[in-house]
Amino acid sequence: MNIAIASGKGGTGKTTLTVNLSAIASEKFPVDVVDCDVEEPDSSLFLNIQKTDTEIVTIKIPEIDENACTGCGECDRFCNFNAIISFSGLAHSLPELCHSCGGCTLVCPEKAITETDRRIGEINTYISEKINILEGVLDIGVSSSPPLIRTLKGKISPEKFTFLDSPPGTSCPVVTTVTGCDYTVLVTEPTPFGLNDLILAVDMMKDVKVDFGVVINRATTGDNRVKDFCNQNGITILGEIPDDRRVAEVCSEGKILIHALPSYRKTFLEILENIQNQMEGTMQWKR
Amino acid sequence: MEEIVVISGKGGTGKTSVTASLAHLAKHAVITDCDVDAADLHLVVKGTLRESYDFISGHLATINNSECNSCGVCSRLCRFEAIKTTNDPDGKVTFHVEEALCEGCGVCVRFCPENAIAFNERHCGTYSISETANGPMVHAKLNTAAENSGKLVAEVRKKAKETAESENLDLIITDGPPGTGCAVIATLTGADKVLVVTEPTVSGKHDVERVIDLIKHFKMKAYLTVNKWDINESLTEEIEKAGANAGFLIPGRIRYDRGITKAQIEGISAVELNTPAGTDIKKIWEYISVD
Repeated sequence: MNIAIASGKGGTGKTTLTVNLSAIASEKFPVDVVDCDVEEPDSSLFLNIQKTDTEIVTIKIPEIDENACTGCGECDRFCNFNAIISFSGLAHSLPELCHSCGGCTLVCPEKAITETDRRIGEINTYISEKINILEGVLDIGVSSSPPLIRTLKGKISPEKFTFLDSPPGTSCPVVTTVTGCDYTVLVTEPTPFGLNDLILAVDMMKDVKVDFGVVINRATTGDNRVKDFCNQNGITILGEIPDDRRVAEVCSEGKILIHALPSYRKTFLEILENIQNQMEGTMQWKR
Repeated sequence: MEEIVVISGKGGTGKTSVTASLAHLAKHAVITDCDVDAADLHLVVKGTLRESYDFISGHLATINNSECNSCGVCSRLCRFEAIKTTNDPDGKVTFHVEEALCEGCGVCVRFCPENAIAFNERHCGTYSISETANGPMVHAKLNTAAENSGKLVAEVRKKAKETAESENLDLIITDGPPGTGCAVIATLTGADKVLVVTEPTVSGKHDVERVIDLIKHFKMKAYLTVNKWDINESLTEEIEKAGANAGFLIPGRIRYDRGITKAQIEGISAVELNTPAGTDIKKIWEYISVD
């Protein structure tokens, strides 16, 4: 059961929701957290679990056998990413631009191109009795995160209850995270930025065809446009987290809200139950 | 000409509110929104649309089902799991490309034995110039689920430079995207100054450390400010220390102030609303603009 926690706008509370929902769900059954926000992975800062393993993640990039290469330029003409160029009778690879499609190895008439590994980041594993975390960390200076997110998602145990902490935005890293999930929670805030980015995220959800609901964080600023938008478009509001300076202070210290401010237990429990109810509906509908 | 870029690492720390205020304080500059998948600057720097351009980038594979013999070669070769199948009631398997997952590499197109896959240029979004009270603003909208946000950022910045040259403006103020990946790298490349806006939270601190590491790769003057500093003063000090150790200048702090949200709801920048946080941003601008 895979539930992605996403948002168009950054800083709306994805990680806060991920860690608190995980904490409350783990009281009933074991939970996995998969931190797909690989440019800024923060879930593990809150959950305080022992790191047990680190695995290096690589992508495939071309390696050119200089003796076999005739400099015919076929790979150069084929590559749509300008990641391999041919000059002075030899092909040269530009790993920064490579998408690892494998095309150059297939088109080379001399079979002069093989693939070699290039490090792009790592996956850390944190294990505890109740919650396990899988955390992707993109190396600084590496631009493309989807290959790391795909590797990370390949490690998900399908039978477990898993929360995926998504990157912000609506482009390829988010699409890679959300695709194939059973349900997605979009976290927003009742501000013009929150609304604008929610509309974009809702568009994206329609493209990836995953059922979703909305959580409104920092509610009560007196701007009802987010609620109106959800109601007009038949989007389920799974819950609201009030605008409360104490929440900001607790989260700033890396604490779990439901432990530090027990009055918030009810808020997150309701959100979790609403998600489960929505998913039951979806599953029945799919059957 | 000078370009000042505002980034944050972590999202939602106040980049856009700060950028809008800087644009107002600068009085006349080219204003750029490089957060192309969730562009918000236009909501607080109001403008009227002057011109728009299509952003065409890369290609998209499309299977022509009348020519497809369902051999499955495309599906086996695609490294992006973009080729999906559906089983028709009559037992026939139909192949199609999941647009959001296609990276436009062309492997399926090249190796389809029936030449049944088209490879058309892809419309990935638009970018525009709007006229605002503080100068021309270049902004963009990446189609949802589209690729190539880094390339769109490069287009937006190129258009901003051209606009600055043609209108004799010597300053570009740029709102950047969150993260450290392709869109951020494309935003920083070739800029002169960077202002990092972060917040005193464990996430903000962790993410700003990654951003500091990234900025080391670029030759630029770097500044760091902590927004909502009074939420957690000890973390604010730790973050400032980390910044100072990496050679960042600290032009001041911004206090926790609901006025920032109020300004946003009114569609203006924090300095225009004259809120306490606006006063803090004004000091930061005075520091950076004369430095």
